[in-house]
This record gives sequence, C-alpha cells and structure tokens, in this order.
Amino acid sequence: MNAEHLLKMANDIGTFFEAMPNRQQAIQDVATHIRKFWEPRMQKSLLAYLSTHSDAEIKDIVRDALREIHPA
Amino acid sequence: MDTTHHHLHDDIDYGTPKSVSEKMVTLEIDGFEVTVPQGTSLMRAAVEAGTQIPKLCATDSLEPFGSCRLCLVEIEGRKGFPASCTTPAEAGMKVRTQSPKLADLRRGVMELYISDHPLDCLTCSANGDCELQDMAGTVGLRDVRYGYEGLNHLKDQADTSNPYFTYDPSKCIVCNRCVRACEETQGTFALTISGRGFESRVSPGESQPFMESECVSCGACVNACPTATLMEKTVIEAGQPDHSVLTTCAYCGVGCSFKADMKGSEVVRMTPWKDGKANEGHACIKGRFAWGYTTHKDRILKPMIRSKITDPWQEVSWETAIGHAASEFRRIQKKFGVDSVGGITSSRCTNEETYLVQKLIRAGFGNNNVDTCARVCHSPTGYGLGQTYGTSAGTQTFKSVEKADVILVIGANPTDAHPVFGSRMKKRLREGAKLIVIDPRKIELVSSAHIKADYHLQLRPGTNVAIINSLAHVIVTEGLLDQKFIDERCDAEAFKYWRDFVASDNNSPEALESMTGVPAQLVREAARLYASAGNGAIYYGLGVTEHSQGSTMVIGIANLAMATGNIGREGVGVNPLRGQNNVQGSCDMGSFPHEFPGYRHVSDDATRSLFEKDWGVSLRKEPGLRIPNMFEAAMDGTFKGLYCQGEDIVQSDPNTQHVIAAMEAMECIVVQDLFLNETAKYAHVFLPGSSFLEKDGTFTNAERRISRVRKVMAPKAGLADWEATVALSNALGYPMHYNDPSEIMAEIARLTPTFSGVTYEKLDQLGSVQWPCNDAMPEGTPLMHIDHFVRGKGRFLITQYVPTHEKITPKFPLLLTTGRILSQYNVGAQTRRTENVQFHEEDRLDIHPQDAAERGIQEGDWVGVTSRAGETVLRARVTERMQPGVVYTTFHFPESGANVITTDNSDWATNCPEYKVTAVQVVKVKHTSEWQENYHQFNETQLRLLKEKVVAEASAAGGR
Repeated sequence: MNAEHLLKMANDIGTFFEAMPNRQQAIQDVATHIRKFWEPRMQKSLLAYLSTHSDAEIKDIVRDALREIHPA
Repeated sequence: MDTTHHHLHDDIDYGTPKSVSEKMVTLEIDGFEVTVPQGTSLMRAAVEAGTQIPKLCATDSLEPFGSCRLCLVEIEGRKGFPASCTTPAEAGMKVRTQSPKLADLRRGVMELYISDHPLDCLTCSANGDCELQDMAGTVGLRDVRYGYEGLNHLKDQADTSNPYFTYDPSKCIVCNRCVRACEETQGTFALTISGRGFESRVSPGESQPFMESECVSCGACVNACPTATLMEKTVIEAGQPDHSVLTTCAYCGVGCSFKADMKGSEVVRMTPWKDGKANEGHACIKGRFAWGYTTHKDRILKPMIRSKITDPWQEVSWETAIGHAASEFRRIQKKFGVDSVGGITSSRCTNEETYLVQKLIRAGFGNNNVDTCARVCHSPTGYGLGQTYGTSAGTQTFKSVEKADVILVIGANPTDAHPVFGSRMKKRLREGAKLIVIDPRKIELVSSAHIKADYHLQLRPGTNVAIINSLAHVIVTEGLLDQKFIDERCDAEAFKYWRDFVASDNNSPEALESMTGVPAQLVREAARLYASAGNGAIYYGLGVTEHSQGSTMVIGIANLAMATGNIGREGVGVNPLRGQNNVQGSCDMGSFPHEFPGYRHVSDDATRSLFEKDWGVSLRKEPGLRIPNMFEAAMDGTFKGLYCQGEDIVQSDPNTQHVIAAMEAMECIVVQDLFLNETAKYAHVFLPGSSFLEKDGTFTNAERRISRVRKVMAPKAGLADWEATVALSNALGYPMHYNDPSEIMAEIARLTPTFSGVTYEKLDQLGSVQWPCNDAMPEGTPLMHIDHFVRGKGRFLITQYVPTHEKITPKFPLLLTTGRILSQYNVGAQTRRTENVQFHEEDRLDIHPQDAAERGIQEGDWVGVTSRAGETVLRARVTERMQPGVVYTTFHFPESGANVITTDNSDWATNCPEYKVTAVQVVKVKHTSEWQENYHQFNETQLRLLKEKVVAEASAAGGR
C-alpha cells in the first residue's frame, strides 16, 4: 500500500476530529474510525512506514490514536 | 413469467385528479348515491359511482380545462349543461349523465371534431387506443353532415424530428392536454397553442420542430394525447401492446414505476405508472424512451474467457466460464492469501443480486473485500447521516416536497439528474415555495420557466463546509434556532459545543466570504429564509458528497436541519438525491466492506454470529478493502482478483491512469455486464449480464422505497445475474440454494431488522414499501425520526472547514467540476446505445466567456484540459452558466477521459473521490491528448479481440 497516501488519509481523519473539544475523546474517535474503516493491511502498512520514517509528518492526534489501536 | 400481477394495476382514467379533502360529500348520480371527498369533480364522482362520462380534454393527471364540451351533464334545479370536469360535487346534488338532450349535444360536438379529422382509423397508429374513436362510438356518431370539402388540417405534415415520437397535426383536436402536461406535469412549458380559432395548433416553442424546441422528451405530452397526434414511434412500428407488466425503472435513484407494455416478450413502450409513488405517472427521456440498449447488438450474450488481455476472447459455456473464474480465484487465494481477491456489487442490479454478491465475497471468498459504486457517490451520506441521526438514508418521501415552504438545493441538479423528482419540486416552486440554490453553476433551477431561485449562493468549488458553517452562524447568532426541538430531541452537550463553534467569528459569512466567493449579505438572507419560512427541506446531491470534506458537509447539513427543527414531519428533512437506481439498496444490502446488511458493523459480535449461523461459515470481524484501497493493494501486489458485477470502474473512477495500472496488476478480473465496458477490456472472464427486463427482484430508491422489478422476458444470455452469482458461489465450493429471488428476499428479511416485514406478497399488495418495514411499521416508514432519532438523541458535530489539498496555482488556475446531463446516464453504457445520443453526442467543457476570451477559445474549439493527474481534450462550450474560474464537464463518453484529469483526493471519512474539485489549465489545441491516442489504440485492439473471438461449439453454447 502507498504509505504516503495512507499517511495523508490518516492526517485528514485527524484534522476532522482535532476540532472536537474533548481531546481524549477525539483521540478515541480517530482510533475508532481507523479500526472501523481501515482494512488491516492498511493499518499495518502505515505503522510499518512510521516505524522506519521518524520524520514522517503525522499529526499528534493520529500518532496517539495509532498507539491506542496498536500499543507498542 | 409471473402472471399474477396483471390485476395489480387499474387503468381507469378518472378524468380529474383526486381530491385530498378529508370532508366527504354525498350526492346522487343517475339515481345512485355516491360519497366523495369535497372538491371532487362530478366527472370523477361519476366514475366512482361506476359511470364514465364522455370526455376528451380531461384526464386524471391534469387539472380540468373544460374545453371539449363533451362531458356536459344535467343537474336538478340548475339551468344549462355544466361541464362535469370543472363542476365540483356538492352534497345533495342530483346529477344526470345521460338524457336525449345530452346525447344530442355530445353527438353535435363529436360531429364537429370528426369533420376535421382523418378517417383512416383502421390504419391509424392509435387504433385500439384512441379516445376520439372511443367517444365517437360512445356518443353514437353515425353521420358527419359537414362534408370534408371545407377548410381542414387533413394534409398537415407530421413532425418526425424527435427520435422517439411523432407529432401529426392532422390528427390534433386541440384538446390542450399535451400543453397542460408540459406545464403541469413536466414544468418545461415547451408547448403552446399557436394561432386562434381554426388556425390553432399545438406548437413546440415558436413553431419549431420538436428537436429544436425546449422540449426535454419526457413523453408527458405523448402520454396525455388522446389521439395519434403525439405517438411513440415504437407503437407506430409495432402496433398496440397485448399486455403490460408493472416494473421499476433501472436508471436514476428516483425509481419510477413503469408499465412495460408488451407484445409477447418484446417491449413496445414504457409508460409511467400513475399509481407509482415515486413518480405519480411521470417519466423522463431515459426511463420513458431510452430502453433500446436492452436489445442492442453490442450486448454480449455468451460467456467468454481469455488468459491475457492481449488474447482474443473465447466463447465458452456458462459452466466453463464459471468453473474457470472459480478456479482462478482459488488459485490466487492459495498463492497470495485469502485477502487477495474481492468484488464489487452493482447499484444497477437488484437488492437480491447485490445481497448475493456480498454474501459470496464474505462467505465464499472468506473476506470482507466487497464494495460498491456508492463509494464514489454517496458513501459520505451513509457516514454523515449515520453519525448524526443514526441511519444512512434520506428522511422523507418525495411527496413531502409538496408541503415544503422553502427548498434548499445544495450541489444537486435535479432537473437533469433526477428529472422526475425535479418536476415534482418545480411544481411546488410554482405554487410559491421559496428556493435557495447553493451551487457553483447556474443550474436550471436558478432560473427557468416560471421558476426563479430567491437566492443563488454561487460558491467556489470546495467551499461547501464554509458555506454551511456560515449559514449556521447566522442561525445561531441571530436567534433563529428552534430551541424547543433542540432541547427535546438532541444531545444537549453536543449541541452546546456545536453552537459555540459555529457562533465564533471565524464562521461568520463576512469572515468566509473571501473563501467562498459568496457575498455575506446573501448568506445572511438565505439563512434567515431557511430558518424562518416554515417547512425547510434540504435536497442535496453529489456536489455535497464528492469532496475531500464530503462527510463533513453531510454532517453540516444534518446539523442545520436539527438546529432549525426541520426534521420529523412532512415538508422538511434531509434528502440525499441518490444517483443510480439501486444505490440506496446496494448500501442497505451490505455492500460496504465494513458492514453487513442493515448497516451493522462486521465487528459487532451479535450480528456476525447471526450471519455465521445462517450462512454456516465463520466470518471476518475486520473491515475489508474499499474500491480505492483495492486499487492501491493491487499496485502493491497483494490484491490480484476481482469479481465486478455491473459497474464500470475504469470509466467512472477517478484518476483513470491509476485505475488502469491497478487493473493491469491483477491476474483475474471477472466482469459481469451487458456490454464490453471499459473495465471488461481489462478482464479475463466475461459473464453476460441480464437487463432489468430479464429478471425478478427489487430496487430501493432515494426515499428508501422498495419496489418490484418484474421479469418481462427470459434472460437473453440464459441466466439472470443472481443465477450467475449462485453458480459462481457453487463452483467456489460455497453452495447457494435459491429457486427464485423471493427466497433471497426472505433471507434478507430474516437477517435484517429494517427489512423484516418485506415480502414479495406485500410489495404486490401495496405497490411498494419504504424501509424500515417491520412489526412496528408493517406497511413501511414514509417519514423517519418523527418522535426521536434512530440513534436516540440527534447528535450535533463540529464541522471545521478545511480547504482541499487540491489548490489552484498559476500552472493550474481553474477549478474543474464534473457532473451529468439529462439525456445521458453515468458512464453512458446504456444511454449511448440509444437515440439519446442525438441530444448529447459528446462531452464538452463548459467555460465562462471571460476565461474563454483570455485563452482565445471560442465555442466548439478543441481545448486541452490538464491537471496534476493527466490531460484530455474536449470541445469547448462557452456559457454563462459557469462562473469565471470554474469549468465543468460530463463523463458519459469514455473517449472524453474526464476521469483522466480527476485526482486521487478523497473524502477523509469514506474515500469518496473528490470529483468536484480539480485544479486545471485549459488551452486551445489542435490534437487529441496522448492519453486519448493511447485509448483509441487500446480500444481498437480490444474491439478486434472481441471480433476475433473463438466462437463456442454449438453443443456448449448457452448451456446452463
């Protein structure tokens, strides 16, 4: 999977939920969204990319959400 | 063929429309007592009492006109002979429909009509269906004393310019029914009566031929004509039908009910069914006339296989084709894993067929890699309305528009894309409802015959969310909220967050004006109108969903309706106008990779175990790939096989070159379709599809209305689509046992709470039902969220405006938006194979005169359109419908390559592509684009490979 596309998609999801007033809930919502709509290989591809690209421009809310889904 | 439905429709013409009054009046007609709603005409009351009063200018789809003087009656205690069509029934009236004097008067009227009418009845195309002939018989006309030597119209020439019907003025009796149908039913006002007295004739536009007039070929005039004056060419050729079968149109999401008028197993005519609740007797050019594709010579009627797309096709038996497809899918799964294959259900196929395809994928393939074309149109509707209201569908019936006081049309063009609903909306607008249009283009509703939008917010493409937030800002800050509704029906905390968000200065119309391009004052006035004009109804289309913030915008619309209390009763609501005939149904049937039928997530253990038990397999709890993800996975080498039923992803999906690369990366593509469509040119197995005339099933329209599709002829290729899916599943080793689509519907009902009350018997009995249809609502649910939202409390959600990634730059200074037009349908596979090409023979690029002038472009010039994704060449149409800076095209012809230009950008929540915003440059050119040249070559090769196909042995041909 094209990880850069996935990263863009993940950040777009993050942007929507970032506007929500409750940060903790927003992180949960991003995590739930990815869990509910992303096929496992999409999730894995993004994680794999992030593990090798420490400079990837990922929103904090997305990073936090991914930690919720896949605790290190 | 199922013959039980012949009694289902009643063809009585009641002469005048039904009165909706609840007050009843009782009168006496010819000595018989009859009770009718107040406002009913004497003519209609007589029919209710069992008597047909002679008539010519009256028909029950039109308001009475009182011109033919044939329907005269006598009323006790009153002088003269009033026309029964224009005289309302009153309590205690005593009416006589027959008397020697009335008979005399009627014969006199008929004598005059016939004295200027050809007497070629035996060879006339209306023979067997002519009201003039019937009336001459009814009144006992035996002699015409005037002779035929005087002035007459018998030698008037027929206008045959329209491909579907003729206008023969020599047969016209100037009853005005066609003119009134054009006005009242269609709302186009293309016809008039020109001239006076003897000179008066029906005339399209200013005495133009039909094809040059404003006529939209909806056929309402033809339907209304009592003689052979306006007549379908198919009837002229074939003669009158011998039987009719009620069915549902296979074009757009309006889902019109039609009578297929048949001669044996050949369709002679499609007539809109007057009791059809979606269309109430109206039709458009597509459903009414453009059905010739079903018998087009391009249809492929034998299964075919090939190992490489550079090989000629080989015709084989169904068994061989299905067996080959199944073995390929299993081979791929063995080599690349269970998840390396998937499928796409069709929004043009029936609910039953769609259900089976997703079942085959989930149970037979053993994964959730199923998606449908709603991905690229209304998936944001599913998400947005699901999040806010708890259900993924529109809230109203179409009829509800009759009670709307203000109509807000956002990113939809109903007069082109949903024409029959467009006509219903226009009727309400002519009655005085207010109209707000939010659209980058000056669509027909903005200004057309007797319609003018009160506000046209002509925004820049990509700024929908900014507009919806600024409308909400005005409503919140100017005290226009329906606080009572909000307090009772909505989640209080979510509301407060939303209120504070939209109230901020950032969301004021003034702050957003520079982005949207819409003057703040207009936004303020439009917001006040929507919030305070009474019943406010929102209708929206793909101009809302096909954006990177498509889901956000749907949420914004849902917020606006809740904030103003415009939910839960007639005349209001949030109404997505769905694109294809069964796109609502395909979503309902579990076509999305993350959910089972009835919108239940695959991770829900209770739902999954219900299906596991019923289907006898274990099912995955993780979501599968969506269409764009399938393409990405194919490029990545992990997705190798696709079963694609009735969809043309190569033409319809964005960034064509990317889609083609994905196609070429797969090892087995199975396409099931009527034609060798663009996707089939990349396929390895072709399974011939069946048209909607060749199978039984149901479609679900944009108002959640489930209607029967009825088989009027045997499948031309031997199998209906559902039978082919069953065969494929059996070959995959997951046996399916259905003898009839009604058994599939029984399974759907058994497993889906919102469908639990749906049976074919009920559909036969009621005509149609709107889901939810269950024990609580056994006859269906016309209006949703009446006392509470499906999710309980309505949930406001914050909708931050985020500009799209697709930016204009000096290199790409214009914004391209794409859409559809009236006479063509989506990828055009059907309509391009009909006479509709006479109305739209190529896709054009619409450009504002200013942008055209800057580039030296004139009407009809070839222009190159280049985006970051690709380049194509189209002819220009210079038009003020566009705003400066915005260009537009349609995508009905593959060689246009509209989707060569569109990009990979998509909605954040659903991956619905951003078709509506692409930054482009437009320049005058002399040659077609490189892509087009390649396409031309590839297409020629594929057509040759089809022509050179190895023909099946006679013994194997068409085998079932």
